[in-house]
Amino acid sequence: MREFQGRVVVPGAAKAEALVTTKGFNTLASFQKSLMKSDLRAICSDQNNPDLFGKALAGKAICLPRTIGSTTGGMVLYCASAMGAAPACLLFSEPIDSLAAAGAILSDVWTESSLPTVDSLGEDFLEYVKEGMLIEVMEDGIVRVEG
Amino acid sequence: MQLTADERAILNGEQGETLAKVMKTMVLYGDVFGASHFVPVESEFGHIVTSFGISVMKPVYSLMDELIAGNAISSQKFTVDPRPMDFKNVPSNLLQNIAFKVMYSKQKVYEKQLQQMGLLGDDAFSCTCYMEEVGNIPEEGQVLSWAESSAVSYANSVLGARCNRNSGIIELFGSILGKVPYFGLLTPEGREATWEIDIQTNNLPEAQLLGSAIGLAVQEEVPYVKGLNRFLGDELTPEVRDYLKDFGAAAASNGSVGLYHVENLTPEAKKQGRGIIREGAKKLTIDDAYLQEIYDAYPDLWEKADAEPKLCFIGCPHLSLDQLHSWKEKIARQLRVAGKKKVAIPTVLCAAKPVLDVFEKRAAAKALKQMGVTFTSICPLMYMNNPLCSKMPVITSSNKLRTYTSAHYLKESELLARITGGK
Repeated sequence: MREFQGRVVVPGAAKAEALVTTKGFNTLASFQKSLMKSDLRAICSDQNNPDLFGKALAGKAICLPRTIGSTTGGMVLYCASAMGAAPACLLFSEPIDSLAAAGAILSDVWTESSLPTVDSLGEDFLEYVKEGMLIEVMEDGIVRVEG
Repeated sequence: MQLTADERAILNGEQGETLAKVMKTMVLYGDVFGASHFVPVESEFGHIVTSFGISVMKPVYSLMDELIAGNAISSQKFTVDPRPMDFKNVPSNLLQNIAFKVMYSKQKVYEKQLQQMGLLGDDAFSCTCYMEEVGNIPEEGQVLSWAESSAVSYANSVLGARCNRNSGIIELFGSILGKVPYFGLLTPEGREATWEIDIQTNNLPEAQLLGSAIGLAVQEEVPYVKGLNRFLGDELTPEVRDYLKDFGAAAASNGSVGLYHVENLTPEAKKQGRGIIREGAKKLTIDDAYLQEIYDAYPDLWEKADAEPKLCFIGCPHLSLDQLHSWKEKIARQLRVAGKKKVAIPTVLCAAKPVLDVFEKRAAAKALKQMGVTFTSICPLMYMNNPLCSKMPVITSSNKLRTYTSAHYLKESELLARITGGK
């Protein structure tokens, strides 16, 4: 097991299996098909992301460098949260981008659910964490990864 | 963030619970990025990315209701991204039309919400709000609260305005408060280039292929592009602006570029030269082989790779008036070469309604219609979101459309050959 200290963007505790992408996470491309079909598993539909394409995002600890793509990104994350199709948490190796931050904060302020979000976990984090590993996120931004 | 007494009063609920939540959201958003304070929104108009009343996005419409009920209304009028449906001008069958009506069943409700919130007008739906005919053109240096990645990129890079890559809803909150947190692309430091890109191609690269390559490489950072003015010259002519519009849209969707500088061409690159490149900037050289490798690596999501295309979309982002004329010339020329009078694949040109209103009075529009080409002001991405359309073999000149759908992006010469000659 390893621990990583990040910065809390949206506080909260979570425990979930990891899904990992080393590429930028295109929020609209990833969620759009599932949201269109009201598929609460949120099967990733981003054809350009082989790490996540076809995998269920809901309830998972998404480990990523950053999000990219359309400026609907934050709104899409907010909708996923409000509809119960959001990941369990978002864990960024890099400082968070403006779209992801918006989605996490909108979820926190405007929905009943929360989307715990930690950034700046470092390159080591993304090198260490692998799909399926169990992840525990603490309120203070500590992320425990069980190998 | 340091708040003024007025801002603190709003946060404390003195102007109602809804406005307090709007302020809380924006303060948290600013805090994440180390914003020290709010700055006023300076543009006359805002631009909103959410234009579609899609039935599964109920949380957005509930939030709009909450804002309107709480009298949290935009302090500026705004334009908005394109509408999703056009049964008259974009080919679709009966079942697809039924699916559209179910999918976008909230369209009328949502448009009423937009009107209550501050929509500029009934024709204010386009991703290219900065076209002269649409009239939402910010001035150099002005602070904006916009979303729509391609519009933000154009406003920052070509017009020299200052806008962060705001998410949908956040841009509206900035327009409601009339102020945005000061960070990122609003600051001089945030506008410095952190990548130096050297273009070493033999000819002017396709705008949407070059934008894709740079977006994929730099992601959300700021590139300084050298070597393009060999082909584009040193003036922001209408043709050059159109090239940069398409280039920026691809860089913004394939990566998340909100600002780029083109040497001796875009406003800040002209004024500051290479002084705008941050020390230690990463370097990348792009030549023809590099671009071909990017092009060849795009995934093929058609059920049959050799299927005959059923539809072609040109104009994502929306075309300018000059581009409409240019496509007319290119399609006509290619049809003459092919010895044909009409396009072999239904072809739709997309542009803002005020642009189409001007174009459709001209002979070129009539000529295009005779060639079998139609015009629309919808967003082709929203057309492709229809599950009954998403499996269709569609070709496009848009790398943005390729990114979000199964559409094949083709270089211009290949696209023209396909639409005028079939396979």
